[in-house]
Amino acid sequence: MSVVAVAHGPDLRLIGLEDAGHEGPASKRIITGYGFWIFLLSDIVMFSCFFAAYAVLLGQTAGGPSGAELFNLRNVAIETAFLLLSSFACGMASVAAEIRNHFWFQIAMAVTCLLGLGFLAIEFREFADLVARGAGPSRSAFLSAFFTLVGCHGAHVSLGTLWLLTMMAQVFAKGFRADIQRRFLCFALFWHALDIIWVAIFSVVYLLGSAA
Amino acid sequence: MFGKLSWSAVPFDQPIPLVAGGVVLVVILAVLVWVVVAGHLPYLWREWITSVDHKRIGVMYTLLACVMLLRGFSDAIMMRAQQAVAFHSNGFLPPEHYNQIFSAHGTIMIFFVAMPFVIGLMNLVVPLQLGVRDVAFPTLNSVGFWLTATGALLVNVSLVVGEFARTGWLPYPPLSEVTYSPGVGVDYYLWSLQISGLGTLVAGINLVTTVLKIRTRGMSYMRMPMFCWTTLASNLLIIAAFPILTATLAMLILDRYLGFHFFTNEAGGNMMMFMNLIWAWGHPEVYILVLPAFGIFSEVVSTFSGKPLFGYRSMVLATMAICVISFMVWLHHFFTMGAGPDVNAIFGIASMIIAVPTGVKIYNWLFTMFAGRIRFTTPMMWSIGFMVTFILGGLTGVLVAVPPADFLLHNSLFLVAHFHNVIIGGVLFGAFAGYTYWFPKAFGFRLHEGWGKAAFWCWLIGFYVAFMPLYAVGFLGMTRRMQHYDVAAWKPWLDIASVGAGLILAGIICQIVQLVVSIRDREELRDVTGDPWDGRSLEWSTASPPPVFNFAIMPNVTGEDAYWAMKRRTWKEGAGKEPSYDPIDMPRNSPTGFVCAFFATVMGFAMIWHIWWMVIAALIGAYATFVVFAWRDHDEYEIPAEEVARLDRANIAARRGLVTAAGSA
Repeated sequence: MSVVAVAHGPDLRLIGLEDAGHEGPASKRIITGYGFWIFLLSDIVMFSCFFAAYAVLLGQTAGGPSGAELFNLRNVAIETAFLLLSSFACGMASVAAEIRNHFWFQIAMAVTCLLGLGFLAIEFREFADLVARGAGPSRSAFLSAFFTLVGCHGAHVSLGTLWLLTMMAQVFAKGFRADIQRRFLCFALFWHALDIIWVAIFSVVYLLGSAA
Repeated sequence: MFGKLSWSAVPFDQPIPLVAGGVVLVVILAVLVWVVVAGHLPYLWREWITSVDHKRIGVMYTLLACVMLLRGFSDAIMMRAQQAVAFHSNGFLPPEHYNQIFSAHGTIMIFFVAMPFVIGLMNLVVPLQLGVRDVAFPTLNSVGFWLTATGALLVNVSLVVGEFARTGWLPYPPLSEVTYSPGVGVDYYLWSLQISGLGTLVAGINLVTTVLKIRTRGMSYMRMPMFCWTTLASNLLIIAAFPILTATLAMLILDRYLGFHFFTNEAGGNMMMFMNLIWAWGHPEVYILVLPAFGIFSEVVSTFSGKPLFGYRSMVLATMAICVISFMVWLHHFFTMGAGPDVNAIFGIASMIIAVPTGVKIYNWLFTMFAGRIRFTTPMMWSIGFMVTFILGGLTGVLVAVPPADFLLHNSLFLVAHFHNVIIGGVLFGAFAGYTYWFPKAFGFRLHEGWGKAAFWCWLIGFYVAFMPLYAVGFLGMTRRMQHYDVAAWKPWLDIASVGAGLILAGIICQIVQLVVSIRDREELRDVTGDPWDGRSLEWSTASPPPVFNFAIMPNVTGEDAYWAMKRRTWKEGAGKEPSYDPIDMPRNSPTGFVCAFFATVMGFAMIWHIWWMVIAALIGAYATFVVFAWRDHDEYEIPAEEVARLDRANIAARRGLVTAAGSA
């Protein structure tokens, strides 16, 4: 009985499952980037749980303040600007890394970092202000969900900043080695993904929350 | 200085955990002393603890699972004994201890037995089946394993320092909130699962990337062995489901530590949100466990029937269908919540639909066996035992998927019998089949057949004697997790069930004897050819145990059952010319995983006992570990071409007789 010649219909070729010319393992850069993308997807799944919890608990203010009474859209607009500009600076750093220009890489990364820190400072001030007004996370289920969702994003930005500084030091010490380039690719993906999450937070939490 | 930790945390007044913990501690110390005195420590450190070789990591995962099986089973046998004697009496386990035992039993069996067992087998086998030299991220693989081990360690520490959760294996609020569970038990649960869950996520990312991006030449998706497909499906589920667990447990942590109100009774918390979230992870989790087992059965049934897998494409389709549908049935775990008849009906129907692809699989295995030359080896026995047992478990599953029936059976021992029926009959039998089937690949000698079959019969009969009575008492109205009872009609059934647990114990003893006897007689059981079962997929084309680089020349695959085709070609055309060997680059070993896990253990323990300075110190340590790892200059070493050639020539020479024998058969 022929084991090998089990029919391989053309249908599978069309959808890319049947790739008889499969050339073997992908390059390290592709493998690393792909794996990190999958990690980001899992991270987004985690965020989606916090979004779901926020949606469920949105009305559960327990007699406390609601979003419309608390959110300051001007603040959020500035935060958004900081974050989007930092993503632009991060893109500049990617270009500098591509052409292996140390000077512009460090400049672009420093700008990314400062804008990230600016974002964190505004967020921290917002949180501190809410807590001072008696609208801390233990006030109501709504505020628990709000602080967790937005705080989780903030924690990601903080970790990203630590990673960013480590990357700057590493490129300074070791130069644009192939493995460091791959690591920087992951960092850039991470930083941009935080923007995507922020767009969702901006729309779902702040815009919808202020309207309510 | 030490948060909530003081000497009162050690249960000096409770003899059972103290003696058990003491014995375990003495055994661990004795093993450590022996390792150090006999001078094995450098070897262990170099070849195992710091290893990034997927085969070594796979073996360590499996070993962890086997050790934790003993712990989980000792909990099980205590529960069966307690319920057998606790008629009109308090038995020998006080309620607070009994509650910890059933919680620990479930937690350990799912997270630290079933999970590491299947992940271990996937780690060991999948790169070999794909014809490649390693997984996508070897060092991360080691990190993942050691984080899993950290979780297991913390659960066991709770035996002697403090207590474990008394809330059941899923800590439903509000019972698990700090108001009703003020002790450290739930915290032990939360932190060990957060840490090991991270390890599982890392393993999932690694294996998905491996299957999708690292396959040898010609290994298109539709030529992958079925175990690779089920690995892909199972790890996709890990990536999609484990973040939900992380988020849910994080919310409970925030409730307990910082006074948040996600699941509390007060301030608008919603405890039913916990049920929804935890089961949105929990139901895919059962398929994360059973899909790899389905893959193992596919390999075993095909190999020992001497036929290609029947209906390969329908099997792929069924696997991926289960992967998707498994995310659409979570609500059947709480039909009684009162979501309404329409919602319940939809989830009931979805739950019944998932039985269809599973049925497709059963028929495919049966037709693979049909007209085959079946060899009744131990892995094949486990597979046939699985088919019979799992069909029964699946049928009771379809029964509880009917919402009106579920209202009667919810949280009864009928349910307990059902999920043990599918998890023991499906996952555990699959893990044992895979363990026996791939043991010679990992160690170079087979396991003793006689003791293996004895273990199989004890387990199979023991399972039926232990769990069929639980279906009966479930119908008689007995709910789960009862520390004592006063219904005379239940008593005889629970007596029979405890006998079943005894039979399973005999099965476990047979397995231990099997391992000891096999190691003693390893020269007789030696697998010199690398292909002890006349296998069909690429893992059998390399030596047993394989060299660190797996394949001297990366195989070129031309169809399904790649190694079978190679054997037939060699038999017809004779061995080809010797290829020219190139040097091979392999990743260097790294202690990163072990050191990270050390800091994770410290961090978890400090969190449980509120020792905040220690938490910060551990986090700094973990960060420093990553920086040191990122700063190293050489991450690979080269194996010279002559060494590759020498090993490959030995492999080919050992196999020459086998190909001739297969040709004349």
